[in-house]
This record gives sequence, C-alpha cells and structure tokens, in this order.
Amino acid sequence: MLETSLSAATAFADTESEPKSIGPDAVPLTLRVNGAARTINAPPHTTLAEVLRGQLDLTGTKIGCDRGACSACTVWLDGVPVASCMILAIDIGERPVTTIEGLAVGDKLHPVQAAFIKHDAVQCGFCTPGMVMSCAALLVRNPSPSIDDVKAAVSGHLCRCGTYPHVFAATLAAAKASKR
Amino acid sequence: MAPNRQMRRDKFPSGIAGVSVGEIERQVPVGEAPPLPTNDRLTVIGKPVPRINAKAKVTGAARFTVDIKLAGMLHGRLLRSPHPHARVLSINTKAAERHSDVRAVHVIMDIVGRAIESEKTAGELPRALYVGAPIAAVAATTPEAAQEALSLIGVEYEVLPFVIDIEDARESAAPAVFRSPVVGFSFAGGVPAGAGIQQKGNVRGPAKTGSRGDVTKGFAEAEATVEAEYRTEVQTHCCMETHAIVADWRADELTVYLSTQFTAGVRAELAEAFNLPRNRVRVVVDAMGGGFGSKSSVGTYARAAVALSRAAGVPVRLVLDRQEEQLDSGNRPGTFQRLKIGALKDGQLSAISLYTYGTAGTAIGAGVGNVAQAMYECPNFGIEQYDVFINAGPGCAMRGPGNTPGAFALEQSIDELAEKLKIDPLALRDRIDASPVRREERRRGAERIGWSRRHAPGADAGSIKRGVGMAQSLWGANVQTNASCEVRLLRDGSVEVLSSVQDIGTGIGTVLAQVVAEELGLRPEDITVRIGDTDFPAGPPSYGSRTTASITPPARNAAYKVKQTLLEIVAPHLGAAADDLALRGGRIVAKADSSRGMSLREAAATLRTDQISAIASRTDDYGGFRRTMTDAALAQTDLGGVQFAEVAVDTDTGIVRVERVVAVQDCGRPMNPLQIESQVQGGVLMGLSYALFEDRIIDRHTGHMLNADLEHYKIAGSRETPEIEVLLLENYQGQSATDAYGIAEPANIATAPAIANAIYNAIGVRLRQLPMTPAAVLAALGRIPRGS
Repeated sequence: MLETSLSAATAFADTESEPKSIGPDAVPLTLRVNGAARTINAPPHTTLAEVLRGQLDLTGTKIGCDRGACSACTVWLDGVPVASCMILAIDIGERPVTTIEGLAVGDKLHPVQAAFIKHDAVQCGFCTPGMVMSCAALLVRNPSPSIDDVKAAVSGHLCRCGTYPHVFAATLAAAKASKR
Repeated sequence: MAPNRQMRRDKFPSGIAGVSVGEIERQVPVGEAPPLPTNDRLTVIGKPVPRINAKAKVTGAARFTVDIKLAGMLHGRLLRSPHPHARVLSINTKAAERHSDVRAVHVIMDIVGRAIESEKTAGELPRALYVGAPIAAVAATTPEAAQEALSLIGVEYEVLPFVIDIEDARESAAPAVFRSPVVGFSFAGGVPAGAGIQQKGNVRGPAKTGSRGDVTKGFAEAEATVEAEYRTEVQTHCCMETHAIVADWRADELTVYLSTQFTAGVRAELAEAFNLPRNRVRVVVDAMGGGFGSKSSVGTYARAAVALSRAAGVPVRLVLDRQEEQLDSGNRPGTFQRLKIGALKDGQLSAISLYTYGTAGTAIGAGVGNVAQAMYECPNFGIEQYDVFINAGPGCAMRGPGNTPGAFALEQSIDELAEKLKIDPLALRDRIDASPVRREERRRGAERIGWSRRHAPGADAGSIKRGVGMAQSLWGANVQTNASCEVRLLRDGSVEVLSSVQDIGTGIGTVLAQVVAEELGLRPEDITVRIGDTDFPAGPPSYGSRTTASITPPARNAAYKVKQTLLEIVAPHLGAAADDLALRGGRIVAKADSSRGMSLREAAATLRTDQISAIASRTDDYGGFRRTMTDAALAQTDLGGVQFAEVAVDTDTGIVRVERVVAVQDCGRPMNPLQIESQVQGGVLMGLSYALFEDRIIDRHTGHMLNADLEHYKIAGSRETPEIEVLLLENYQGQSATDAYGIAEPANIATAPAIANAIYNAIGVRLRQLPMTPAAVLAALGRIPRGS
C-alpha cells in the first residue's frame, strides 16, 4: 500500500506543472484493465472501485467499507494489491489494473482460484475476490510462503464467515501446485 | 403430523458412529423415501463435495444483490437522526423534491425491528429513538444527488433527554425510551414479547419462564455453591455485504432483489406491508454476503426502497453504508448475569438461580437462552430476566442468540464448581450432563487437545502463561415444517431441484445437489440447483440453524417420488417390475444384474411429458417433535458441541493469544464435511472475536457510536486465527429422510467460555466480563487499577 501511494504521488508530480481545473462534471479517462484499454467518462471524485463496478461492469470487485478497512475491493495496480476504494480513477494513468475477472487465463483458473475451490476457502464469497487477489500476488512475490506469510498477506482482509483457515491451506497448496 | 396420513414402519440406523450404531424402528409417512444407510455406505452424501457456486465466487462472477443493475435504476439513500432521542415535529421535503435529479422522496412512517409502544398518538411522526434512526428516504439518478438531496430535507426536531448506559437506564429517574409498555418480537427468548409483562421506566420484566422445582430448598441442600456476576458486550453482525435491496415496482408485480436470509418470509411481509397478494410479489437472492441473523426479515430500509420505487415508477437500489450498518442493522444484546449454582459433594446439582438483565437497545429480546436451564441435570431452577431499553439501535438475532452470552456465564461457573469440589471439569460434566453426544465429544476432544497435560491454574513460570480450557454448547435441533422442494427430471435426462431456500454462504445448494444426486444415482454436478427465488416452492429460512434439517428431507423425498414414477414408466421397457430396478451411475439397472438396463437419458426420452416433477414438503420428525414453537419445531435431541481452547497470556501486556481450538460438533448426519468444517471454523472465529475484541461503544454524553466502522470496531482477522481442528460426530437418530441438522449456531456458542476457562487455567484469575481485553487481563492480575 505504501509503495503504491508513493508511486502515485510521484506520477502526479511529474505530469503537470500547472494542475488544470477539472470536474465536478464527468471527464474522459482511459484505464488499462485486464489487458484492454477502456475509455469512460466519470466525475473526478470517482474511485477506481466505483468505475470498475459501475461503468466497466466488473462487479467481482466488492465494496465492503469504502474506506480501506476491509480489503474486499483489492485489485492489482501494476501487479501490486491495492484497495481500489482508496484510489481515484483519474490517478491511475497508464498503470495496468488487474481485477478478479482478469486473473484466470480463459477457462483456466489461476492456481489460487482452483485451490480456493478445492479447500472450500469460500463461504458467502463476498470477501473472496479480494482475498484471492492478495493470495495470488503473494505467490508472485514469494513462491514458497509459510503460513505466517499467508497470514500477513491477508491481514488487511476481513472475512466475517471465518474462511481464514481454509484460505491459508488453499494458498499453501496453490504454492506447491505452482511449483510442479 | 396429519393424523389421517398413512404410516409404515421402518428400521433406521441409530447411534454415534465409532461408539455404537444399532437400529431404531420409526413410523414413516407412506410415500417417503426408505431409510438412508450410514454415510460410509453412501456415494455422495457425507462426502467433501466442492461447493457448486465456488467457481463463480472465486472468479467474481457470483451475482450479489449489490451487483444487480436494472435499466433506469435509481439510487436510494436514507436520512437518519443525528439525535439519540427526539420528537420529529415536522418534515419538509419540498426542496428535496425540487432537486433536478431526485425522482422520489418518502417519509418513513413504517418502522420495523424495534419494540412497539402499546399507546400511540394519532398523527404523530415516529420519534427518533437513537442516532441513525431512519427518518426519510430519497431516490435520485446518482448516489451523489441522493446524498445531496438529504441535506435539502428540513426536519424540525424537539430534542429529548436520552440514556445510553444500561445501569443509568435502570434508574427510576432515567429518561424513558418508551412512553408506554411495548410489545415486539423476542428473538432470544428471555422476556416474552407479548403484552402483559410489567414495565417500569426502561425495565421490562421479570420473566420467570422455565423456572422449576424449589430453588431455596435446593440451595439449603447444597454442599458447595458458586455465585458470580458476568457481563457480555454488544456485538454487531458485520456482514461483509451490507444490507442491500433493489426494488422493482411494476404495475403488475413487485420484484425485490434482497440480501436476505428468508425469501419466502420476505414475500409474505412485503405482501402484507404493501397490500398486495403474495402471487404479485417475487423475492430473489442469488449470492448473499452474510447475514448471521441480521437479514431475517424486511428491514425499514428495504420497505422505504419499495415505497420509493412505487412512487418513482422505476427500480430503486438502496445499499447501506458501513456506518449505517453498524448503527441500524441489528446487534447482539449486551447482558448482565448473576448466576448461583449449588451442588452436592459428588457433583450432582441441587439448584441453579439466574438473574439477568440485558439490553437490545430499542428492541425486546436480551435474554440469555436456555443453556443454564437445560444443559445439566438439576431439579431446581429459578430464573428472573429483564430487558432494559436504551437509546441505541435495535438488537436482533445473532448467531446463537441467548445461548452465546448464556454459555459464557454457565460454563465458567461449572468450571469454578468443579474446582471447588476438587473434581476435574470433564469428570464433573460426565456426572451431570445426560447427553451421550457431549460425553463422546468430551472424550474425543480431550484426547485431541491433550487434556491430560493440563496443569494447575497459573502454574507456568515466566511472564507468558499457557492454559487449556473447555466449554460446552447446547442448541435446538430446529426444523421448519413449512418447507417445500421440487425435483424435475427433464426429457433429456437432466435434473433440476427447485426451492425458494437461499444459500447465505452455508452451502445448502451444494447439499441439495448431493441429496438429489444420491437418490437418482447421479453426480452432484449433474444436478442444476435453482434456489433463492420465490418463483419456486417455498423453502425455509436460513436462520436458527434449521435450513439443512428443514429442506433436505423434502428434497430427497421429491427425488424419490420422481424416481418411482420413472421406474414405473420404464419397467415395461426392461421387462422388469419397478421394485426390481435401481438408479446407479446415470443408468437404470436391474438390482439383481446391473449389466441389464438403460441410461437415464434413454429412459427419460420415453416420457410422454417434458418432465417428471414432484414436490415434497417437510413432515414432522419421525417419532414426533419434543417441542413446537410458532414457526419451528424442536427434534428429540439437542445439538451438542464441546470446544477446547489453548491460550497464551502475556502477563506483562495482557494480550491473550488463542493458539489452538479443538471443536467437536454434532449435527446429526453430516451431509458435507468440507462445508461443515468451514462453518465450524467460522463459528469458532466469531466466538473468539466476541471473546477478545468486539465491543460496540456509544458515548454516553452524545449518544453517538464511536466505532461505527470496521477499523475501530475490531473483529478477528488472519493474525488472530488459531489452529482450529474440527471433529465431527456422525449421530444417527432416524428422525427424517436425511437425519441431518444444522451447524452454524452451535459452533459459535462454546468458544468464548472455552477461552475464558483457558485464560483462568493460564493465569489463575477469572475474567467474567467480555470482551477480555489486555486491559481487563492486566486489571484482573492487579497490574493496573480496574476500570469503572
């Protein structure tokens, strides 16, 4: 989270020396989401989570608190998990966004997704997309995580159904499966 | 049971697998499926079948209520009271109505969920009884416009005195929350909901229901007594999907997409509220983001959304934000309990007296359930319970209502009694608990946790002290007989199962697929499950841990009827009698010679109609129910659970870490051990969270909740998750076509007292107040002064 907000600030400082006034009406913006460029109109105050769920109809990203406390809205920005409810869509720029809908390759599920099914790391399923995104990102950073690494990776994710034990088991199993 | 219904007699497996399973003869309504053998002899039932909607949930395809988008849909928003207690003198909506993006404004007169005053003043607007109480609602073309329009609604309040603290509220001079005696729904037992209960100021009661024997005599006979006072906090549900509705009012039909635990009940409620026949109301829920008791009925917010849709003539979406969810979507009432237990030297209980008061804010129902009344053999039991009203959001049922706070007190006192009698806590329970289920659960759990290595209280040297404790749970084997299910075999051999029952994350859809697949000799993935829609036969609610018990027997019986019909049609083609045929592996085969037969697909092609369809409804448990309530019946056995916890207490910081939990649970016949394990883990975690972290805090000077969010209202997360081992009993009683019961609530009840008993074992000091925070631990150890 910290790295992302720093890079966002840097990007902003580099782009314009004279910030021009925009809004409050909708402005055009182009986002790179799941490998495709998507151009939409949205008011400048619109969060990435709202754009994904609204105009782009990618409702797999969930909003649980809308203030960065539950991580249900986790997507990847430049490959790093972020809370999409805490980022304005106009601040994304060129950075690629990956949502839960973009994780599987065609019909082939990501190993973390397959492991979540096998280990029943899903109950009501509302926190699941965000949880999957964080666990999948963990395996990129650390292909051989310990259970404590998994706990740390999802420590910001709230799951009221209590899927955590199965999330840990699924992610560790996915790490093993990916190495084969 | 219908008295003129024809019955037959069947022999069912009876007993606990691994202990002894014999046979029991039961009367069974003619037409119901034959007895199901034990799980080891079944193909699909009792197996860890993956959840049928898991793929949709891990890919983001699952469609929750908050994801529903309809053409022309407006966005609704509620205006809520900023005052903890106020009379609403007038509401001026004209300016809001003139807002260019606003399509409807609605003044809320119909407030549900809170207690109802018996005397009403005609023409008066509903008083605001707590911060966040709903006042009015708007629907606009954007969420921002709806929010903006709220500020244009002029409300004239007469601010009234209020009370937040339960002890203050009990004083006779306290501001009265209600002006006249109230009635309402009592979800946690305790003080009955109806009229005729005494109410003085904010105190309603006493209720003495359940008292028996002669308590005074019982205590006179006692050779040992323990007496203690306990307090439990208010807990909020914190569903990850907040309460949400999309209401679509059309001239000919009202369709409501609702995050709900009970589609059929909601249809009935909305039909009544909006004066529509039920066949013009449709309620739909696909994926559902958690309820835990708080989404059992149509809330005020949902009724407001329906009213807005009616007024605007287009669909209206209304989704509560997290703050609204914390203030006004229900909560588990806080309680005070004074519990006294008397026993003879050998441990036999001679008397229990329980005095309790609690607060569900502006609702009725702060009781402590029936654990003290029913867990242990005791001839003399006296109870006195009171509800206390405060200016806070109405409580409602929450995972194991009543019994969860009740067990926190009872199970600590039983441990204390054991210590006083110098009897091991498990040995004492072996003497006073008549349940054979819990006896076996204690045995298995003790072995798994390593009970024999448990040391004396506070025996560890050093600042980090470990301890082991246990506690038990009790929950009704609940059944709703108003539960129906349809099974269809289509002409291409495919099968679907239909019911309005909803899957709130428990996995009932998967279980229905298993039941039908088992009966029809198919795989679960061959069955299409259509649920969560009142277009299908009315199913049971998903509360009270009754869903599995209520809907799986009709599902099996409907599949059985379809099978019988099919076999009779096909028998002549195979030159056999229907009774000599069976369905196995997608084929109809002769029982005697499975090489002789035809595929289900070929068989279905011979149908004269496009489908064979059968509907079945839940009949009474075989052997009858022990007890019936208004909308549910209790089976002959209660669902027993025993949990063991191992904790590490840092006596320098006061931090309690739960390192390991062993949860041993009974749910009759386990249908899907994978999903059951998930639910038990969830129950343990919610119980752990209740024990150590959660606490709704309302400022007594302003009436505002200080932690109405998810960052200051702490719930257990990944770092607090201990190793949880789930041991499932297979407990056969031959009580229905599936013999299966619920699991969600039983798994939540024993956790907090098991942790409390483990903390005592670690540090030698009892914590009798929830949550057991670091400050509470340090205060108990005398390291810091006790809080007020």
